[in-house]
Amino acid sequence: MNSLIDKVKGFEPDKEKSPFLHTLYDGFFTFLFTPNTTTKGPGVHIRDRIDLKRTMVVVVLALQLCYVFGAYNIGHQHFLALGQHTGFLEGIHLKLAYGIIQILPIFIVSHVVGLGIEFYYAAKKGHGIEEGFLVSGALIPLIMPPDIPLWILTLAVAFAVILGKEAFGGTGMNIVNIALLARAFVFFAYPTTISGDQCWIAGIEFEGAAAFGEMYGWAHGFFDWIFGSVGWSTFGEGGLAVADGFTGATPLGLALEGWSSVTDVYSPMQMFWGAIPGSIGETSKPLIIMGALMLTATGIASWRIMVSCLFGAVTMGLLLNIWDFDVYMNIPWYYHFYMGSFWFAMAFMATDPVTASGTNAGKWIYGFSIGILGIIIRVMNPAYPEGWMLAIIFMNVFAPLIDHYVIQANINRRLKRVKQVA
Amino acid sequence: MLMVVLLLMVVLIAFAVIIQVADNLLRLEAKKSGTDTEKSNLSIFPGLNELFRKRNPSYIGDNKVTFLKKGFDIKLEGQANRVVKNGNVATFAIQPPNFRGIAPIPKVVVEIGDNVKAGDHLFYDKTTPDLKYVAPVSGEVIAINRGERRSISEIVMLADKDQQYRELPNFDLGNSSREELVVYLLDAGAWSLFRHRPFNTVAGVHDIPRDIFISTFDTAPLAPDLNLAVEGNEAAFQEGLEVLGKLTIGKVHLALNGNGVTQPSTAFTNAEGVEKHWFNGIHPTGNVGVQIHHIAPITPNCSVWTLGVQDVVTLGRLFTENRWNTERVIAIAGAELNDPHYVRTYAGANLGDLLKDNLTNDHVRLISGDVLSGQKKRLENFVNIYDDQITVVEEGDYYELFGWLTASKSAPSASKSLPSAALFPSTVYKADTNTHGEKRAFVMTGEYESVLPMDIYPQHLMKAVLTNDYEKMEGLGIHELVEEDIALCEYVCTSKQPLQQILRTGLDMMHEQG
Repeated sequence: MNSLIDKVKGFEPDKEKSPFLHTLYDGFFTFLFTPNTTTKGPGVHIRDRIDLKRTMVVVVLALQLCYVFGAYNIGHQHFLALGQHTGFLEGIHLKLAYGIIQILPIFIVSHVVGLGIEFYYAAKKGHGIEEGFLVSGALIPLIMPPDIPLWILTLAVAFAVILGKEAFGGTGMNIVNIALLARAFVFFAYPTTISGDQCWIAGIEFEGAAAFGEMYGWAHGFFDWIFGSVGWSTFGEGGLAVADGFTGATPLGLALEGWSSVTDVYSPMQMFWGAIPGSIGETSKPLIIMGALMLTATGIASWRIMVSCLFGAVTMGLLLNIWDFDVYMNIPWYYHFYMGSFWFAMAFMATDPVTASGTNAGKWIYGFSIGILGIIIRVMNPAYPEGWMLAIIFMNVFAPLIDHYVIQANINRRLKRVKQVA
Repeated sequence: MLMVVLLLMVVLIAFAVIIQVADNLLRLEAKKSGTDTEKSNLSIFPGLNELFRKRNPSYIGDNKVTFLKKGFDIKLEGQANRVVKNGNVATFAIQPPNFRGIAPIPKVVVEIGDNVKAGDHLFYDKTTPDLKYVAPVSGEVIAINRGERRSISEIVMLADKDQQYRELPNFDLGNSSREELVVYLLDAGAWSLFRHRPFNTVAGVHDIPRDIFISTFDTAPLAPDLNLAVEGNEAAFQEGLEVLGKLTIGKVHLALNGNGVTQPSTAFTNAEGVEKHWFNGIHPTGNVGVQIHHIAPITPNCSVWTLGVQDVVTLGRLFTENRWNTERVIAIAGAELNDPHYVRTYAGANLGDLLKDNLTNDHVRLISGDVLSGQKKRLENFVNIYDDQITVVEEGDYYELFGWLTASKSAPSASKSLPSAALFPSTVYKADTNTHGEKRAFVMTGEYESVLPMDIYPQHLMKAVLTNDYEKMEGLGIHELVEEDIALCEYVCTSKQPLQQILRTGLDMMHEQG
């Protein structure tokens, strides 16, 4: 153990000569070893075991099931569009390989860009590398469409980290959720890559009315070599025409025409389990709920926000059912939880402690408002098929205001007491 | 088969109906005779409130109990055994920095080599020359140690084998005015026992407290059992309470432990002339600041005093024994001790003498007070005047491979993200001083609130201090807090923020502003 520490310490670069390298080294060293710092007085002499690294890692762990399913679903949707291996469990190796080939560059680019910027600013400001981007970096790939061009992703991550976080002072200081800001950037700057019917299934080219699969690349060839040698089915060349009746539309896109046009294409159970097109990590509800339960059980994410968010969405769903103005409003309120990314937004996006309300009373208001707003945007605004990203960003901005009123109420209570005594 | 089941059900229902009717008749009868009231339920069924109400331990009786749910008990190894040994301590010291609010260089009236008796004047603050600080023991002054910028840190005394006491006049408590009492107490050295809130300073000479609060139990980690401390001193304790009653325009409030584990000493439960309040809860319920918040909150311009139980005893002895006798019981606790126990000694005892042959190793941190808000000491230092506990924990200057993930060394934690904390909440741990992570910006929310049973938003208060927002600090209740109240928040902080230091900065700012 001690020799390992000495070995690692041998790599320590000089802080004066190369501050950036030293910051980098420090980041990896503290990742490898919890530092040997002890408490300094005055203050507590012992500290809780929890630290920000652990907190962030718990969230990342809670996302792992979404990653596995997301990768598999990318492959599944791709082959479904081509009419090959249409059963969910058929061609498992191909779907997984395809999904990994698709998701890995997104994951790597988002981390390299995000962490790179974080390291740069840490070195510049002369403090340790903060763990904030661990979670943002894990969330960003999951909320992007599987076909996102990497240069757009690079721009989006850089925009979100520099303007969303570092400009405000780094981890813990940002107003708006970093991951959602990256997505919003893509959404408004390059809308065609993240909306419509053509972006949610990977590896399908559209040319006018015709659609066909992309040619497979060297990575697929590499997997073919492995799969072929053990006698499994292979990718082949690619470039095949898509299956008859393929649209690529998501349930939310279809829901504008009413619930029956959704169920013509997707069964409720299929939507629930997540074998539908969508952003990479948000389709499988049970796995997200498991992640949410993990976050609640460990006390990392606020259950108040999750519960109130759910209440808000249910309330608005019911209200719209009562109003019943068009076919979309007519969709039974509980079906709103089968479609779209409500669960992912509730569990992982709304609960970001930095951008959510900081007071317990505020958390109830904040979560409830997100639930209400998200359904309103989803149902009543045809330009935005899904509402959670915008609802959460909107409420992120209002969270300090909510807190202000909660805090002010506390101040007023105290003032009142002073007057009573006097 | 079906018939049998139906028959059984019918029989059961009939039986239930008969019992219900009989019960109603019983209650009607009882009502007529006037014995069935809300308090005595004569029905054979328990009332709803009886089923769901928390049951008070029998010794509390019908008294109101304040239940405090929030908080966290840090369970540590090394609780002091309930044995009080006589301390064999050679040197004692009085430490001017213990008395918050006085100038760093007070006027010392003794010189090295002087022989003084217990209760003789040692020094005073130049702004309040009447308020005397006196010798805790009799003996020779052997050193006057200086700290930063020539401030006086310790006046060290070599104690006599047989203690000599300064003769004090017999004070007639019943027939004298408050002014006479104040003059007597200032001269006798007792005024330094009164701690003033807000700010936790030594009480001002002209200060007339709105109320005086005493907590008779300590919930801090490895805290001493104050029942032991008051054992044999019941009369002095009661006398002390009576003196306090003369000093305040309001009441003397005594907070009692209603947890039901140990019954408070009769010195507390039978105390007269005071208002008693029962509290049930985990740490920091025993903190007097938390209790004040639930009894009669501190407002910015008010003045309340607090005393420790043993300070009340010392005060009482002035009147029962006519001398300044600071004898007290101190808990020596911690996992790094061969024999954690209680010691009977005097105020300001030397740590090295108290811990002689008791440390298991020398890679330890010595703390005067508890692990949350105590002060780091060395063997040649002395116990702080208001502390009745010494804690010894391991120094944690080690690296841990993937410590943030695996938690190979178990340690207490309030976070359920650690399996040990979630599954075995009652395990006793060996803590060390490792920070378990690096300092970060405030990220998590709601953590502090969950361990502070007060209507206060600590995180927003801290941010108000950091931004020098006086108005908000006052509004958010900085006057109600001192370091020990916020210590648990600092302990659980994910971002490892120094909350006690921040709070003290804020308190000093408010204090200077007046």
